[in-house]
Amino acid sequence: MNVDLARWQFGITTVYHFLLVPLTIGLSPLVAVMQTRWLKSGDQRWLRLSEFFGKILLINFALGVATGIVQEFQFGMNWSQYSLFVGDIFGAPLAFEALLAFFLESVFLGVWIFGRGRVSPKAHTASIWLAALGTNISALFILAANSFMQHPVGAVFNPETGRAELDGMGGFLKVIFSPTTLYAFAHTITASLLVAGSLIAGISLWWLVRRMNAGDTAEATNYWKPAAHFGLVTMLVSSLLVIGTGHFMGQHVGEIQPTKMSAAMGIYEGGEAHPLGLALTSTELGPDSVITLPIPGLESFAATNHFSGPDSYIPGTKDLQEQFAKQFGAEVNGMPVNYIPNVFVSFYSFRIMMGLGFASFILSIVGLAAIKGDKLPTSKGLAKLFIWTIPFPYIASIFGWILTEMGRQPWVVYPIVAEMGVKDSNQMVKLLTENAVSPTVLSAEIVISMLAFTLLYAALGIVWFLLVKRYAKEGINTNADYEVKPVDLKAEPNATLSFNY
Amino acid sequence: MELTFLQILWFILIAVLWIGYLTLEGFGFGVGMLIPIVSKNDRERRLALGTIGPHWDGNEVFLLTAGGATFAAFPAWYATMFSGMYTALVLILLLLIIRICALEWRGKINTAKWRNTWDTLHTTVAWLATLVWGVAFGNLVQGMAIEVGHYENGVFKAADPNAVDAALKAGDNHFLTGGFFSLFTPFTVFSGLVFLAIFATHGALYMAIKTRGEFSVRNMELAKKLTLVTVAGAAIWGLWANFAYSANALSIIPLLVAALAFIAAAFFAQQNKDVAAFFASFTAIAFAVVFVFLTFGANALKSYVNEKYNLTLVQASATSPTQTIMTIAAVIFVPIVLGYTFWAYKSFAARMAVENVPEKPAGLGPQVRAFETAK
Repeated sequence: MNVDLARWQFGITTVYHFLLVPLTIGLSPLVAVMQTRWLKSGDQRWLRLSEFFGKILLINFALGVATGIVQEFQFGMNWSQYSLFVGDIFGAPLAFEALLAFFLESVFLGVWIFGRGRVSPKAHTASIWLAALGTNISALFILAANSFMQHPVGAVFNPETGRAELDGMGGFLKVIFSPTTLYAFAHTITASLLVAGSLIAGISLWWLVRRMNAGDTAEATNYWKPAAHFGLVTMLVSSLLVIGTGHFMGQHVGEIQPTKMSAAMGIYEGGEAHPLGLALTSTELGPDSVITLPIPGLESFAATNHFSGPDSYIPGTKDLQEQFAKQFGAEVNGMPVNYIPNVFVSFYSFRIMMGLGFASFILSIVGLAAIKGDKLPTSKGLAKLFIWTIPFPYIASIFGWILTEMGRQPWVVYPIVAEMGVKDSNQMVKLLTENAVSPTVLSAEIVISMLAFTLLYAALGIVWFLLVKRYAKEGINTNADYEVKPVDLKAEPNATLSFNY
Repeated sequence: MELTFLQILWFILIAVLWIGYLTLEGFGFGVGMLIPIVSKNDRERRLALGTIGPHWDGNEVFLLTAGGATFAAFPAWYATMFSGMYTALVLILLLLIIRICALEWRGKINTAKWRNTWDTLHTTVAWLATLVWGVAFGNLVQGMAIEVGHYENGVFKAADPNAVDAALKAGDNHFLTGGFFSLFTPFTVFSGLVFLAIFATHGALYMAIKTRGEFSVRNMELAKKLTLVTVAGAAIWGLWANFAYSANALSIIPLLVAALAFIAAAFFAQQNKDVAAFFASFTAIAFAVVFVFLTFGANALKSYVNEKYNLTLVQASATSPTQTIMTIAAVIFVPIVLGYTFWAYKSFAARMAVENVPEKPAGLGPQVRAFETAK
């Protein structure tokens, strides 16, 4: 009971938090780029664009930070047995994240918001770069911690304490720079740039069309076309990188977590040259439960880089269940254990993620074609298309995480497959989710807190959306006679803050 | 087993992070609590918010770092405390979430209703969060219903207090078995009230040193009264805590330093020396944290059920490689973090008067900017 509630709570708070994180990770460096363009050229257009998108960044940042605190504390609150089991390894990346990333992010974001005129333009521009660096370092440490749950390298099981321990000081570097971490980092950062690029492209194209139809060719040409171009190029490059990193990450996941990959692929019986599965005919996998595309080997290629032959072999969930049951026991606490994650969720989240990733790539090409050369589009359909597709990479990211996290079930710490059979399985670093939950916490406490979080998140989510929408609709006041001049603090010791509530 | 150097070091560093959080966010909460009391109009409220605006987010990171450091250096401390204080922590988290949104979003829409809503939330949350932090620290001093044992089908089976080591080896753990309501006793509730007095004083002094003119004077006048409440409350609390609950003879030393610093803050405040009074208050809070940590150290969590159930730092500790790695990071990065934090404070050091706050509040109006639509 508790374990289901605690899982729902973790799922809800994490997915919600991750609605906000990718935009912050992606948009902060892009805003920094815009401001740097102004700093280098003195071109006020880029300053105003950086301010426009900077405001959206800040609205988003607030809720991201607020919901992030919950993430750090809930390991101890809901998952105390997990925290005890892996604390020796898992806590350090969290502490590093706070010390190396959060301080950087928070202190310099404060300087950036309030400090224009209080610090030099160079220091002000450096502030947004440092804040962006902070968000990206933070991503590295969090993904390292998460990757440890997926593939617990750098740790050994200590039978005396019954806990996982860091495998010497080198173990820490193994955790931070494991291939699992690096794949996840590359995939997440590029996905975040795609999220931010889509937002910039969407809003800018919408404005471009709107200003053209209002007869304001000047604003459309001077502001929204370069902004749209910037967003679309970011989309194009990042979508290609997302697809590329995703391809290699998928193969890596297939090696380290065969149950996740076989469930996502919808493969019941192992074999070579698998065709691509399109849909499931039932929620459980069976011999004929997948409708496939009649091109042989496409799915095998995605998973193994081989269309056919022995190298294209993908194991099926049927074989893996038998293998895991043999290794780790068919029953735990008298209940049969299903070592295969939820097939329905895994299968479709994988396809939604990939489909939307490709959609972003196609959209970026459509958008770039629409503004190629001297073209200034006036099609309202185009504007709507780009507004409505802003959520695509968001949804893709969310389903990516659902696949990542639900796909590792029933494990909270997935055993290292390469060591299976070699080691005594009792001596491996591994933990079933049901053994990770806090025993002291009452179900009622989780239910009440889950209700409270859900209601508060919903209310704040609505405010967040309306604020972003309101700021996006306000646009840039291009008529304002506004130039940034540094303030001489010695001459004017009482200079006002650049933001005054 | 003996305490190692690294375990002592990390216990101290965690205390230092809490000192950072409570001395810095302490005035942040104080400002939040006092805004409706010390400001006569919205422009003054905006002046007050501007004093913490550039800094509160960085200050809050001390809390996150303290949480992360506890997780990494003493996993059992983190796991036992956070799961045991579950509902109290949920409350804190909800309050902190609202506080962040209130601070960040307040200036986004320019209507009185919007601002007043967020200001009310901000102030309410500042009072409540301070109270809950006070209760939480009161519990650390007093000790909690910590027991060693394990759960069988949801029922707790306590281990024999005299065989704790063997029980831990056999897979038992420390648990806070008292539940949410066990966290409230006369002492812990009084701790909450004392926290309110201390943070309110600290906030008033902070606003006094960050502003000029009438607003600064008004804060100083309030601080003069508040420091007296704080000295009285902190004195009773300190004596109660030390003689009823402290497990450590050394705890009297930081208690005396904190007491002197609280008295100094009151003394300087009466003389209108705002900067001196603020730094005395800062020092007092810092040593009060040292005192709190010494009342339960070298335990991580003290049990009032049976002292054999205490969670000691040795039992709670991570392995030495983990603590070594963390130490290397701390040696390199703590000075850097402190350096740029100090720079940020210095960049905003100039005192502001209400005239420095533009008459028009920040944020977009309720209506979308009117645009000419030619076609």
